Amino acid sequence: MRNELLSLLSGEVLDEEIELTLGELSWACQLPVERVFELVEEGVIEPLGRDPAHWRFLGVSVRRVRCAQRLQRDLRVNVAGAALALDLLDELERLRARLRRFEG
Amino acid sequence: MEFKDYYQIMGVKRDATQDEIKRAYRRLARKYHPDVSKEKDAENRFKEVGEAYEVLKDPEKRAAYDQLGANWKAGQEFRPPPDWNQGFEFRGGGFTGAERFSDFFESLFGGGGFGGDFGRFTQRSFDTRGEDTHTKVLIDLDDAYQGASRTLNLKQTELGTDGRPQVKERTLNVRIPKGVRQGQHIRLGKQGGAGTGKGEAGDLYLEVEFRPHPFYKVEGKDVFLDLPVAPWEAALGATVKVPTPAGKVDLKIPPGSSGGRKLRLKGRGIPDKPPGDLYVVVQIAVPPAQTEDAKAAYRELEKALAFNPRARLGV
Repeated sequence: MRNELLSLLSGEVLDEEIELTLGELSWACQLPVERVFELVEEGVIEPLGRDPAHWRFLGVSVRRVRCAQRLQRDLRVNVAGAALALDLLDELERLRARLRRFEG
Repeated sequence: MEFKDYYQIMGVKRDATQDEIKRAYRRLARKYHPDVSKEKDAENRFKEVGEAYEVLKDPEKRAAYDQLGANWKAGQEFRPPPDWNQGFEFRGGGFTGAERFSDFFESLFGGGGFGGDFGRFTQRSFDTRGEDTHTKVLIDLDDAYQGASRTLNLKQTELGTDGRPQVKERTLNVRIPKGVRQGQHIRLGKQGGAGTGKGEAGDLYLEVEFRPHPFYKVEGKDVFLDLPVAPWEAALGATVKVPTPAGKVDLKIPPGSSGGRKLRLKGRGIPDKPPGDLYVVVQIAVPPAQTEDAKAAYRELEKALAFNPRARLGV
């Protein structure tokens, strides 16, 4: 089998267990640090720790930041609009999961 | 190649004003944005709308497109007229986020692909990190319990040495770690789009999606199972066998359980620290009354219990 010759790639699951520093998040999302500050200010992502030098972001932040970037770029919404959309999308996902449970 | 009716795609008339086109684009972009939309074909529709807007928003391109005439139908076999492109000069309008336009678009405006007057790749002659790419990976609930590996066939558009985009196929074998959940993202470093020059490759993001299971439902890391129970098991209590994704277990049904009662099997949901729970939801199954004996038994029961299931409704 050809597939067995391929090496097995392991990625990292961007969940609550992974923590990133401000620099790591900025690199992972290819976003200048100032823009990360904007997203923190708007509550799109919430760091743990008191000041930027000690900030830690959960892995899920990568997904939220990237989604916010795409919404801002493609739909021309501002940071506040992207934050609102993300919150509503989260809520929608929760409701969809619940719906899936009740649907045959 | 097929003719594309950009007006039809945008849902506007051929004589629509630039403002009407802009409004139609914004509405459709919201509707089909892949982050927002759950429409099946959202990503392709979003790209299609982006391409249509790229042409119609730009008066020069729109005029050129209109010159093809109004008699073309979407999907009709199309070849650009031989004198096409004469007398028009296309200036860059910037991309709208669509990554790659159709052959139809490129034959009209692209001058042979991205290398035309307005391709964004032309700005990339220096070292640039490759783009991050995103794909879904469909797994079974069992894979989340045990971990698994998946072979993915990916198609990527890359810029060839001649500066033209080429579709490259590649196969990746990816480990699905135990404990992943619906909607989580797995990042594979440097497996995204290739960089240019000395720029390194972007990352590949895999979005985990569970294939629907015939009887388990998943919510976060909790798993739900509807368990059919005989009326006497529910009334008198019983110990019954219950399937779980990690194997069968014995479950005690407490006496007097009514339909919809949730019984929690702690820690038997999706493995994690701490693991999710498995909820067994009691469903009372009604034995069929097809034989005389069965009917008699039901009548006996009716006499013995004097039960009004609708007492709470006041009737």
